[in-house]
Amino acid sequence: MNAKLKETILNPIFKGNPITVLVLGICSSLAVTVTLKGALVMALSVIVVCGISSLILSLLRKTIPGRVRIIVQLVVVAMMVILVDQVLKSFEATYAIDKQLSVYIGLIITNCIVMGRIEAFALGNKPWPSFLDGVANGAGYGLILIIVAFFRELLGSGTLFGIDILNRFGYVPNNLVILPPFALILLGCIVWVQRSIQKDLQEDK
Amino acid sequence: MEYLSLFTKSIFVDNMIFAYFLGMCSFLAVSKNVKTAAGLGLAVIFVLLVTLPINYLLNRFVLQPGALAWAGMPDVDLSFLSFIIFIAVIAAIVQVVEMVVEKFSPELYSSLGIFLPLIAVNCAILGGSLFMQQKDFLNIGEATVYALGSGLGWFLAIVSLAAIREKMGYSNVPPALKGLGITFITVGLMGIAFMTFMGIGQ
Repeated sequence: MNAKLKETILNPIFKGNPITVLVLGICSSLAVTVTLKGALVMALSVIVVCGISSLILSLLRKTIPGRVRIIVQLVVVAMMVILVDQVLKSFEATYAIDKQLSVYIGLIITNCIVMGRIEAFALGNKPWPSFLDGVANGAGYGLILIIVAFFRELLGSGTLFGIDILNRFGYVPNNLVILPPFALILLGCIVWVQRSIQKDLQEDK
Repeated sequence: MEYLSLFTKSIFVDNMIFAYFLGMCSFLAVSKNVKTAAGLGLAVIFVLLVTLPINYLLNRFVLQPGALAWAGMPDVDLSFLSFIIFIAVIAAIVQVVEMVVEKFSPELYSSLGIFLPLIAVNCAILGGSLFMQQKDFLNIGEATVYALGSGLGWFLAIVSLAAIREKMGYSNVPPALKGLGITFITVGLMGIAFMTFMGIGQ
């Protein structure tokens, strides 16, 4: 594997993370971070949708006329999301999670990460790097999702993946952490930590 | 009376931004000053009001399990097609609305113009339709009231965030928190403030 491919994979996960640096895809992400399980399923779904739609659109990139490309992108992405949704619905283990994620699986269609990476990368690059770029961006998104979900489930319910961790030591679950606003505050703190480490990301004004 | 309670509930309690994080990307990107924020907010209200009732009718008469009974096919369940149909309707309508507004009201077009195409991929719009499908509204009136309420809620959220951000320009924020970080935390605190409306509509 050459250096450029490695950069394609590693950059979205840390330095150019889609959520904390590019501010893409926050829309549908935070509501699913109450439990680690939900966050994990959501992260995997986004990785699959992002990777495969990047691959398909990169294969099609020379045949799509520029004027209608947004519609073509939406159709391909929507098709992938329908597939993921149907797969989740068809297994007993994931059916409950699909119900819990409710509309947010459908909202992967309008997740800016997917469309953003297709526009910015897949339409101008060969299929294999595009696929990797899609997967890596999905993974960068998933990483943040899982960090947020880890803290929210640990502090909000005292459990991880539904297994009791803190409650047995007499911890009283903090209900504020389960409420939606806390996800944003936590995300703000993650951005704070990341920008304290990487000073070049700080905004001047 | 149900309409009024649905209306206030969709503005304050089920606020698109603070309760469901919908439309967050453009919410954060376009909230730097009040004027553009108000423009985008208006465009969202407008597009929600147009697309949600249409998607409601489609869901009721085409997509729901048993919805095709009027065509003599009561066993057909097309609900797996709803994502693609909803997004197609939204994209098409945004396009049509853009052309109509440009033709008949150039003033409105120049204030909304740049935001309209952006809105096709705003999660608040698709989210509105998907919630409508889940909530099982009784008639098109409820769907329209819900659209108006959630649009207004979104408008209220983006305008107030923009106002806060304008004022925040004068405060001394730690360098690493500047911009994105402090905005997230502000939205979180606003969300907590909005939760005081919880009791309304029950």
